[in-house]
Amino acid sequence: MIEAIPQLIITGILAGGIYGLLAMGLSLQYGVCRVLNITHGEFVMLAAVLTYTLSTIGINPLVAAAITGPLMFALGFVLQITLFRGIKARAPSPPVFEGSALLAAFGLMYIMKYLAQIQWGSLPLPCYYLADKLMLAGMTLFLNQVIAFAITVALGVAVYLFLNRSRLGRAIRATAEDPATAGLMGVNINMVLALCFGLGGLLAGIAGSLSAMISAPSTAIGFQNTVIALIVVVLGGLGSVTGSFIAGIMIGVVSFLVLGLWEPVLVVPIYYAMLMVLLLARPTGILGKK
Amino acid sequence: MDITGFISTHRKLLLVGFFVLLLIFVTTFPLYAGTYDVRVVTSLLIYVVLAVSWAMFSGTTGYMSLAPAAFFGIGIYTMALLQENLPFHIIIVIGGLVSFAFALLVGLVTLRLRGIYFAIFTFGLVIFLSEIIRYIEGQIGQTRGRSIIALDSDMLLYTMLGLTVVTLLTVYFIRRSRLGLALLSIGGNEEAAAHMGVNTTMVKILGFAISSMFMGAAGVVAAPALIYIDTRIAFSLFYSFMPILMAVFGGMGQVYGPVLGAIAFGYLAKTLRTQLYGYFMLGFGIILVVVILFLPNGIAGLVPLLQDKLGGVIQKLRKGGQAKQHADT
Repeated sequence: MIEAIPQLIITGILAGGIYGLLAMGLSLQYGVCRVLNITHGEFVMLAAVLTYTLSTIGINPLVAAAITGPLMFALGFVLQITLFRGIKARAPSPPVFEGSALLAAFGLMYIMKYLAQIQWGSLPLPCYYLADKLMLAGMTLFLNQVIAFAITVALGVAVYLFLNRSRLGRAIRATAEDPATAGLMGVNINMVLALCFGLGGLLAGIAGSLSAMISAPSTAIGFQNTVIALIVVVLGGLGSVTGSFIAGIMIGVVSFLVLGLWEPVLVVPIYYAMLMVLLLARPTGILGKK
Repeated sequence: MDITGFISTHRKLLLVGFFVLLLIFVTTFPLYAGTYDVRVVTSLLIYVVLAVSWAMFSGTTGYMSLAPAAFFGIGIYTMALLQENLPFHIIIVIGGLVSFAFALLVGLVTLRLRGIYFAIFTFGLVIFLSEIIRYIEGQIGQTRGRSIIALDSDMLLYTMLGLTVVTLLTVYFIRRSRLGLALLSIGGNEEAAAHMGVNTTMVKILGFAISSMFMGAAGVVAAPALIYIDTRIAFSLFYSFMPILMAVFGGMGQVYGPVLGAIAFGYLAKTLRTQLYGYFMLGFGIILVVVILFLPNGIAGLVPLLQDKLGGVIQKLRKGGQAKQHADT
C-alpha cells in the first residue's frame, strides 16, 4: 500500500496537468465573459470522440489535437458572438445575464451530449497512443502521460505569457476588470469576449485530445469533466489562471490517491468535501484575490 | 366588448375558476380513465411541483440551482428506506424534512457567497449524493439497489394532488409575504436589499430549503411507481433538467408559468420517453436555449405582450365601431 504512494502521486501530477488546462479555460471564460460555461466538459468530450474518429482514418491524437483545438476554438467563438451576445443584449442587468447564460449553457450541455450520442453511441471508443511503459526509479509511467503533461505545462506557460505580456492579453485583462472603461480605451470588447470564449474552447479541445490517447473516451465523459473543472476553478480562485493550474495538479493527486488507496466511488465525494472546506474557510481560492 | 372588459377586471377570479375546474377534473379523473392515464396525470403533477418549487427560489432570486434531482432523489431514497416501518403519508413529511435539512446545510455552505458558487456547488451535487449513497449501500448491504412496494395508483394520484395544491398555495402565499418580497428584492438587487435591512443570507437559505422540501416530498410520492431503484435511477440528471426547462419555458414571473410548462413538457416527455429518448432530449435542449434567447420571460411573459398588441387592435375596433355608430346617428 505505502510503496504505491509515490507512483500514485506522480501519476496524479501528470493527470492533473489536463485538469489544470480545463480549469484555465473555464476561468478565462468566467473571468472575462461572465459565462459560467458548464458545457466545458462537453467540449472536452466532443474533442475526445473526434480524436477517436480521426484515429480511425490514421491521424494520431497528437496531430488530432492540432485539429480539434482550432475546431473547438471556432465553436466557442461562434457561441459567444451568437448566443451569449444575444442574451447579453436582452438582459436588463449583469446578474440577470449571468443567470440566463448559465441556464442557456445548461441547455447547450444537453444539446451537445445528445448530438454526440446520436453520432457516436455511448460505448467507450479506444484510441490509445504511445502507451509505452517507462520505468523510472521503480515506478511505472506511461509515455503518453508524460507527453500530455509536458504539452499542458507548455500551454499553461504560453497562456500565462500571452495574458501577461502581450498587448491582446492586456486588453483581455482590462476587459475582465472593467468592460465599459476598456471599451472607451479602444478595446474591441465583442472581439475580446469572443476570443476568450474561443480560447477556453481551444484549451478544452486540446485537453480532450490529450486525454483520449490516455484513456478511452465516450460520449458520457462530459459531465464529470465539467464537475472537475468547476471544482478546480473554485479551488484555484475564480479568475486566477495560475491558481487554476496548481489546483488542477492538486486535484489530480488527490483523485489518484483516493482511487488507488481507497475506493473509486469516493472520488467525487472527496472533491466535494474539499470544495466545502474551501468555501467555508477561504472562498477566494488558494491564489484568488478578494 | 363586454367579454374583454370582464376578462381584464376579473382576471384573478377567472384564474381561480380555471384552477378549480382543473382540480375537479383531476379528482374525478380515475372514474373514467385507465390506470395508465392515472399514472401519467400523477407524473404531470410531480413535474408541476418540481417546476413550481424550483421557480419559487431560482426564478425569483436568480440563484440558479442546478440540482432539483438531488432533492427529488433524497425523497425517493427516504421512501425506499422507510417504506416498511412507517405509513406512506408520514414518509412524505419526513422526505420533505430530510430535503429541507439537507438544503439548509448546502445553503449554509454556499449561499453566503456570490451566486456563482451556489451554481457551481449544485451542479455536481447530484453525482455527489449518488456516489456517496452507492458507497454506503455497498458497505452495509452489499446491494446495488432496492425495491419499492407498488401502491394503488388512485391513492397516489390523490396524494400527489394534495401535495400539488399545498405547494401551489404555499408558493402563492410566500410570493405575497415578506419572505417572497425579500426573495424578489434579492433577485432585483441584492446589495440594495441588504441595505434596506433584509437579512439576505437567511432569506436565501430559508427560500432554498422550502423549495427543496417540496421536491423531496414529490420524490417520496414518485418512488412507488419506480418499483426498483438504485442510485443511478433515483439521482437521474433527467430530473434536474426537466424542472428547469419547464419553469423557463412557462415563465418564472407568475406562479402559473411553471405549471403550464410542466404540463406541456411533462406530457411530451411521457409520450416520447419510451422511444426516441436521445432525440427528444436534444430537442428539449434546443427549446431551452431558444426560449432563453428569445423569450426571457417564457410563455407567461407573452400574455402581457399579447394584451398590449391585441388590446390596441381591440381598442381600434371598438373606436371604429363607435365612430361608425356616430356616423349612423
